[in-house]
Amino acid sequence: MNVVTPFEGIGAAVKRKEDARFLSGRGQYTDDLNRAGQAHAVILRSPHPHARIVSIDTAAARAMPGVVAVFTGEDLKGVGGLPCGWQVKNKDGSPMAEPPHPVLAIGKVRHVGDPVAVAIAETRAQAQDAAEAIRVEYEVLPSVGTIDGALAPGAPQIHEAAPGNICYDWHLGDAAATEAAFAGAHKVVVLETTNNRLIPNAMEPRAAIGDFDPATGEHTLYTTSQNPHVIRLLMGAFVLGIPEAKLRVVAPDVGGGFGSKIYHYAEEALVTWAAAQLKRPVKWTADRSESFMSDAHGRDHVTRAELALDKDGTFLGLKVSTRCNMGAYLSTFAPAVPTYLYATLLAGVYRTPAIYAEVKAVFTNTVPVDAYRGAGRPEATFLLERLVDVAAAEMGMDRIEIRRRNFIKPDMFPYQTPVALQYDSGNYDATLNAALAAADWAGFEARRAEAAKRGRLRGIGCSTYIEACGIAPSHVVGQLGARAGLYEVANIRVHPTGSVTVFTGTHSHGQGHETTFAQLVSDRLGVPLDKVDVVHGDTGKIPFGMGTYGSRSLAVGGSAMVKAMDKIIAKGKRIAAHLMEASVEDIEFDRGVFRVAGTDKTKSLAEVSLAAYVPHNYPIEEIEPGLEETAFYDPKNFTYPAGCHIAEVEIDPDTGATTIVNFVAVDDVGRVINPMIVEGQVQGGVAQGIGQALLENAAYAPDGTLLSGSMMDYAMPRADDLPAVGVATHTTLCTHNPLGVKGCGEVGAIGSPPAVINAVVDALKPFGVRHVDMPATPAKIWSIIHGSRRVAAE
Amino acid sequence: MYDFAYHKPTSIADAVKLLQADPEAKPIAGGHTLIPALKHRLNRPSALVDLSGIAELKGIRREGDTIVIGAMTRHVEVATNPEVAAAIPALSRMAGSIGDTQVRNRGTMGGSLANNDPAADYPAAVLALGGTLVTNARQIAADDFFQGMFTTALEPAELLVAIRLPVPLKCGYAKMKNPASRYSMAGVFVAKGPAGVRVAVNGAGPGVFRVAAMEQALAANWSPDAVAGISIPADGLNSDIHASAEYRAHLVTVMAKRAVADAG
Repeated sequence: MNVVTPFEGIGAAVKRKEDARFLSGRGQYTDDLNRAGQAHAVILRSPHPHARIVSIDTAAARAMPGVVAVFTGEDLKGVGGLPCGWQVKNKDGSPMAEPPHPVLAIGKVRHVGDPVAVAIAETRAQAQDAAEAIRVEYEVLPSVGTIDGALAPGAPQIHEAAPGNICYDWHLGDAAATEAAFAGAHKVVVLETTNNRLIPNAMEPRAAIGDFDPATGEHTLYTTSQNPHVIRLLMGAFVLGIPEAKLRVVAPDVGGGFGSKIYHYAEEALVTWAAAQLKRPVKWTADRSESFMSDAHGRDHVTRAELALDKDGTFLGLKVSTRCNMGAYLSTFAPAVPTYLYATLLAGVYRTPAIYAEVKAVFTNTVPVDAYRGAGRPEATFLLERLVDVAAAEMGMDRIEIRRRNFIKPDMFPYQTPVALQYDSGNYDATLNAALAAADWAGFEARRAEAAKRGRLRGIGCSTYIEACGIAPSHVVGQLGARAGLYEVANIRVHPTGSVTVFTGTHSHGQGHETTFAQLVSDRLGVPLDKVDVVHGDTGKIPFGMGTYGSRSLAVGGSAMVKAMDKIIAKGKRIAAHLMEASVEDIEFDRGVFRVAGTDKTKSLAEVSLAAYVPHNYPIEEIEPGLEETAFYDPKNFTYPAGCHIAEVEIDPDTGATTIVNFVAVDDVGRVINPMIVEGQVQGGVAQGIGQALLENAAYAPDGTLLSGSMMDYAMPRADDLPAVGVATHTTLCTHNPLGVKGCGEVGAIGSPPAVINAVVDALKPFGVRHVDMPATPAKIWSIIHGSRRVAAE
Repeated sequence: MYDFAYHKPTSIADAVKLLQADPEAKPIAGGHTLIPALKHRLNRPSALVDLSGIAELKGIRREGDTIVIGAMTRHVEVATNPEVAAAIPALSRMAGSIGDTQVRNRGTMGGSLANNDPAADYPAAVLALGGTLVTNARQIAADDFFQGMFTTALEPAELLVAIRLPVPLKCGYAKMKNPASRYSMAGVFVAKGPAGVRVAVNGAGPGVFRVAAMEQALAANWSPDAVAGISIPADGLNSDIHASAEYRAHLVTVMAKRAVADAG
């Protein structure tokens, strides 16, 4: 009989199965793969933010040693452009501007890093030499790197198909009801803020290998992707015209994605196409400098928000006007991020009855922007949680009290917000209370006073956030413009002796799926963890799945696994009934054991499985041999993780440097499968959130020159920038998926930035500071303090 | 990276010979500036002359009231050497604050000084201590050695061999790090010793420089308060996306106070 130890199933903090290979250097990343006869591609990229390509001379490059081929945009004219996967509509119902996005630039370059040509040679160094020898004559055009610059009269026009550089002018909510709410307001609080552009910087740079077998006509792409089937669909159908059956996409071990590896990038199409042209494998690996100028960036909003309150501090209405940067082209899911992943979250955890948001998306001469860990939700949360703190200050109310007063209460679920979402469950007072206790909020003033004696400005801040993830119900996102379904798939294969392989459409690039999913299976089927293997990332192995992003893998992919396991159990019961000569209705299944109810007659899963594959004594007339089931799961709703993050900071007024002295996260992520993995996910997310709040900024000059194009100028958080993050969970179950799970991948990056900035603003209270934009660098804080002192002196 | 020839001589004389024979050849010490430049194809030497095989360039010793540090001595050795810690404790701490473990295990004091990056740490220490830079050909006073951004008194094919640092009575160092690169955004080394009271600033300007007003104030009154009221003009200081010239000027005063406090 298979007996599972209770410590491996749901709720067990087992160590990650995949770490043995990662920590011993035995991971197989795309760049670790080498195909026989492979050539190397190096891409020549635009040095200009905006320029017309007058001519490209590749003769010298093609004549260089080892060079196999040099291609430009002209050579790829028969190839489709990179498609956008989400169409957003303007206020008047017309579609957004969707300008072409060629694989290699044709006629014009539109950002520093825009691919212009590719050199392919026997070695990478030879390809690099050849790329350098390509002569491109540019006519430099006026260019623009900022949102406001792109919207200014007379701004350089980046695309013919986007007059005024506007991609779309979109809105959500009831404008009239919101105006009415404002008309009756006791007070209106205004906040103008930005959300700083970020560069993802996954540890593993992007890489791709194209392979082509002339004997079979099969193409294979090995790539650093979070969603190989999405890449197969987009590249096969829209770019290269390769039928699915002849195109395999493999995303092997992937070293971090954070969203940046969702999208279909030019280099993937380029190596796949070139491999077929040249009849030999072609490999490309980005160097870090290329990553900075070619991986999709994140965030980049400018917003004005107004909150209307009554005299008791009850929120009456919210008006938000956001301008956001799409970059030079539309990346795969870019249009959805500042709209359906942003404005729909503006209710937060509050009962604000009327909300109206308008979002104008603009093109600039910068790297395309798309979803980055949190994607829209950090922007909404930062705005809202800053606005609530400002409102409390201006109303003379306590920051916690104003939140409690406006919380959606536990007995109000399901709760329909005025911005489309229906929250299924939550308890915002509970996570707030737990966080306040863990952070000793009540004892803070004593700590502030003690710090003041040391000459330090101490502050504390909280954010009570919510997010929507587990994306997404296909029919809902279809109505909102998605050009894809967002279900997930699982295939569960019980082998003859009872071990199990799980084939999932999700993809693990650091999240620990191989462990969490094995725990799910172990828990439900009663198979020891080491006999469960999880396969992902290869369209040649797995059924059609949508991949991993938006904290969806467990809520959607795990739910598909539950459905598939239910089918396994149902079939297993019929086989067990036959073997034990009982009625199928009398068979019970619990953790690996089929039992005739009320008796001691049992068959293990392994015995049933063996019978299924060696069907000598088997109900062959009624059921097929084998024990393998596939299930697709389309979620009924988004899931809504929520919680409270509290940051405590100290500022050195002499230098403006901020130190985070304490950080507490209490998150409701639904049912927890592996608490250690959840803690790691939250800590990683908080590290990125602190990075955004204090350090990271993709700095562009007004003309679109990237100023922070390397680690010398782009400040990634390091271990000594980060506090020990106290992580706790408080669970309310998701009501609409079979596991009750909500998702934990993004909460850290969503909840933490406003907590940090609220603490910074609190610390700067003596200087009358109302708001600080991110990142709150030492220089910025010093200039605030210094400016305030100078004014005081005058 | 472009192709280059690679030499690993075992004597100073051989290294100099190689450099003299080929004006396009470059010496390489720890390589923390040169290797990235090569990888970015910003530099195209015909040959690299690797100095790491030359035993006479390595090591730390005390000669009377002078600490002598071989040019190829790694940061980690400067940071952990007991003679340095006893004689010039602020230099130990400075070396221990450079980069990270990997950088300190590879980078060399001589490489940093010969490169004279305005944001590097050591030039401020050597200038404030009134050190002497010993080359294969001559001895150069620190005041003459550092000549602005990435520029020194070294002639082509002249190799820095050792750094001679008079042992001070007191010394201290404080810096504000660039949040991205972690190089110095404004650092101040103060020393009181045989060369008098000297204050040298790195990170803030286009090259390491001394602050006479602070030196005079500290000579009269060795205390953080003595420099607290002395501000340097922002004109001519570096300004970038991380810090304005005005902020750097302010930081120089703050770091000077902290350096004096560090010195005790």
